[in-house]
Amino acid sequence: MAEEEVEALTEPELPESEVEPRPARSPSDLVSVAEALIFVADEPISTKMLADVLAEPKEAITAAIEQLQADYLERNSGLQVREVAGGWQIATRTELHEDVRAFLKTRPSAKLSIASLETLAVIAYKQPVTVPEILEIRGVQSATSIKTLLDKRLIVAKGRKEAVGRPIQYGTSKEFLVQFGLKDLSELPSIEDFEDLTQGM
Amino acid sequence: MQEQPEQFTFDFHKEKAEIVRQSGDELSIKMGDFAGPLDLLLYLIKQERADIFDIPIARITERYLEFIKLMKRLDIAVAADFLVMAATLIEIKSKMLLPRDPTLPIEEEFEDPRQELVNQLLEYEKFKSAAGMLHERATIEQAIYTRGRIETDDANEEVDATVFDLLTVFQKIAERHKDQVQMQIEREEISLSDMIKDLKRRLFAHGEVSLLRVFEEMSNKRELVTAFIAVLEIVRTEHVRLTQASTFGDIVLRKVEQAA
Repeated sequence: MAEEEVEALTEPELPESEVEPRPARSPSDLVSVAEALIFVADEPISTKMLADVLAEPKEAITAAIEQLQADYLERNSGLQVREVAGGWQIATRTELHEDVRAFLKTRPSAKLSIASLETLAVIAYKQPVTVPEILEIRGVQSATSIKTLLDKRLIVAKGRKEAVGRPIQYGTSKEFLVQFGLKDLSELPSIEDFEDLTQGM
Repeated sequence: MQEQPEQFTFDFHKEKAEIVRQSGDELSIKMGDFAGPLDLLLYLIKQERADIFDIPIARITERYLEFIKLMKRLDIAVAADFLVMAATLIEIKSKMLLPRDPTLPIEEEFEDPRQELVNQLLEYEKFKSAAGMLHERATIEQAIYTRGRIETDDANEEVDATVFDLLTVFQKIAERHKDQVQMQIEREEISLSDMIKDLKRRLFAHGEVSLLRVFEEMSNKRELVTAFIAVLEIVRTEHVRLTQASTFGDIVLRKVEQAA
């Protein structure tokens, strides 16, 4: 009761709200509408964007998505709500890929060559990185691989290095995060972890 | 965690093994995927079951050069980077053969000529493993499907029209249609002489004509006016009489029998 009174008192003093008054959403309504928006979005949709569109606090969105994920898990859904490239995405569950693939009549698309994957790994861990720096690590010219990666929009030019010849620096793109199922770059295992692995061989 | 490295690099090792076994064009295709001289060197070290920190440089150099020769024999353009590595290996090998400079003070640390190469190999190997990790991630990712694109204005230019666009198009069509209708009216327009002829024909056939009916037959104002003028003309030129039974009643156009 006390809280209501405070609200009633403070409301007239608020600057004229530019947002039209809208009936408050219940938590379960928020879960539904968040699900709908994540479903229709072409790209992973961020918590912030959901909060802006729905005019709800980010915490409420986070709670709604957690609830949605729990719902999917609980009823053993064929879909999952996953975090990718800084946003949320609804996708099929990994273990259903055989049936999905059979229905869609698709095969895994052309994979990157070893050379391109190596070049991508160097760029992902060392970004922003120049062509000579990639050569130093890989011990081989990487021009073809860089072109392939640029064509596939996995990497982007990220300015020039203030060094002799002002070489172009490369970094990974958002598309890279999407295609490799990463929330963000920090989700990549540390490069030093690979040192431990290789020395253990 | 000992299993991990095997998993990460398994595919790569298998492909490497294939390179050696295959021949002809097949090899040249596989060579395109070959990641570089460091990759080859690592492969040879593993094949020789050698310790990366104590590379048997003479043996490895020999194997490396054999491989380069094989590439040349199969008419594969050997990338310059492979030749640079061959030169580096030979240089290290020759340095190893030289006795240590006896004039150098004992306490000065002995620098292994292989050290730089080993560092390079270790650094490279990390990224090779990282590449394997990315390969694995991409494979997993390909087992996950999102829905297809939803048709929106942005996604499909062919339906990129608003209601107002549709209205504009509709108006243009209506405009064109109106023009056509107007032309048809003009074409069907009955001339005064035709109207007179038609009225006379009816008058002579039936002896009398109801003007109310005639005027009702006319489909627009212009025809009405034409009909009215035609009636006046007939009254002026022919022996006819106009009779009206009651005020505001029908007017009948009647032929008058001429006295002989």
